[in-house]
Amino acid sequence: MNWIHDLVTPLARMLIFPGLLFAVPAAWFILWVERKAVALMQGRVGPPFMQPFFDFIKLLGKSTPPRSGIAGMLMRAWPLIAVASAAGAVGLLPVLPSSGGFEGDLILLLALLEMPSMCIIAAGFSSRSIFGEIGSAREAVLSVAYNVVFLLAIVSIAASQHTFRLEALAALPASPLRWLGIAALLVCLPAKLHLNPFSLPNAEQEIYSGPMVEYAGPELAMWELSHGLEWVAATGLVATLAAPYIAIWWLAAIVFVALSFAIVLLLSALASATARLAIDTTVRFYWQCTLIFAVLAISSALFMRFRS
Amino acid sequence: MKLWNKLMCYSRRHSPWLFHMNSGSCNGCDIEIVAGLSPRYDAEQLGVRLEGSPRHADILCITGPVTKNSVNAIKTVYDQVLGPKAVIAIGSCPATTNVFIDSRTLAGPLQKHIPVDVFVPGCPPRPDAIIQGVAKAAEILAERAMNPHVTEIVIAAVPDEVQP
Repeated sequence: MNWIHDLVTPLARMLIFPGLLFAVPAAWFILWVERKAVALMQGRVGPPFMQPFFDFIKLLGKSTPPRSGIAGMLMRAWPLIAVASAAGAVGLLPVLPSSGGFEGDLILLLALLEMPSMCIIAAGFSSRSIFGEIGSAREAVLSVAYNVVFLLAIVSIAASQHTFRLEALAALPASPLRWLGIAALLVCLPAKLHLNPFSLPNAEQEIYSGPMVEYAGPELAMWELSHGLEWVAATGLVATLAAPYIAIWWLAAIVFVALSFAIVLLLSALASATARLAIDTTVRFYWQCTLIFAVLAISSALFMRFRS
Repeated sequence: MKLWNKLMCYSRRHSPWLFHMNSGSCNGCDIEIVAGLSPRYDAEQLGVRLEGSPRHADILCITGPVTKNSVNAIKTVYDQVLGPKAVIAIGSCPATTNVFIDSRTLAGPLQKHIPVDVFVPGCPPRPDAIIQGVAKAAEILAERAMNPHVTEIVIAAVPDEVQP
């Protein structure tokens, strides 16, 4: 019966919790919290609870412009690839303590988390719209800026705990060095999720929502969904790294959800309290201010590793 | 299938995304559209979002008396909004060309060029009238899900006793 267990557990993780059945409503919920938080901080009432769901259904019912040739096929493919990889990243999160079967490691999770951003860059360039190309170029520069810090933070966490395996990282107690890494990850999240101080690629007022400018209907719905799933995966990654190890599965799930929600609230409040920075300021922020902490984290992690 | 259609109608009524286009307006109506999204009127409660790209929008909001220069742009943008779609003419200018009537630089009114679903009269109209026009246009959108050839024209105006 072991093979049944090995087959069913990863499938359940992929499809139920923290996979699709949990992640898609959670994505809609997070998108709603983001808009509602902005509305409340501006003194408005804001959108109703089911708003992202209604938007999604409505977009599914709209027609799409005719697209021909290889570029058209690629344009249809990018949002699907983005949704698939973001959903895969959510499915890999080690929320529940005991599970067999396929266990991804941190490197796979990072690759899947990076895919939507790559798809956005490719989509903007294949749309051939001038606004899409500007947005894609900005996204590429932004991704080079924050990814150095993001990857250094992840490597410092892995080095301080001597493992790249997600299960082992979630099970180990958090060391002070890991908290430094988590703080560095949190600084990178607004850029990764295109939130307000770093919302350059999809700046509505300047470049008409950037790479998504030519997308419509179901394709746009897939982009919205992939953005929501990215939210779930990125906040979930920080939540699993920050959460204490709990052996009872339902308590672990509750702690995971509560921590993710707290991070979402924090990031939404930051997004609504700040204005968009220019691209040079953003790059300078990540390369000059934040990189120091990331280098500090990774050097101290390596130092401790060689001492022990 | 019936349930899906019902859900689709409901979603269309609750998530109208706007694209705003100025066809030579004096900016009075444009300011009132933005005022409709401000904290005092808060159109986002109806799910309204002002989009940057006509590809994303469901409802095209046109202000201004349609100058000769803007006719082709209006037609292009109208074609880029994907169906089902609705058009709102905001202010008196797109409806009648208002005080600019008989000007040699105008090609208006708007209805000569694209089909209009909702007129919001006023110079400029109040933000609550614009929001009511958007709500009516969203209802038309929901009807179009069932019957693509709804062509009844609606005039949205807020009665005096409702206005503050």
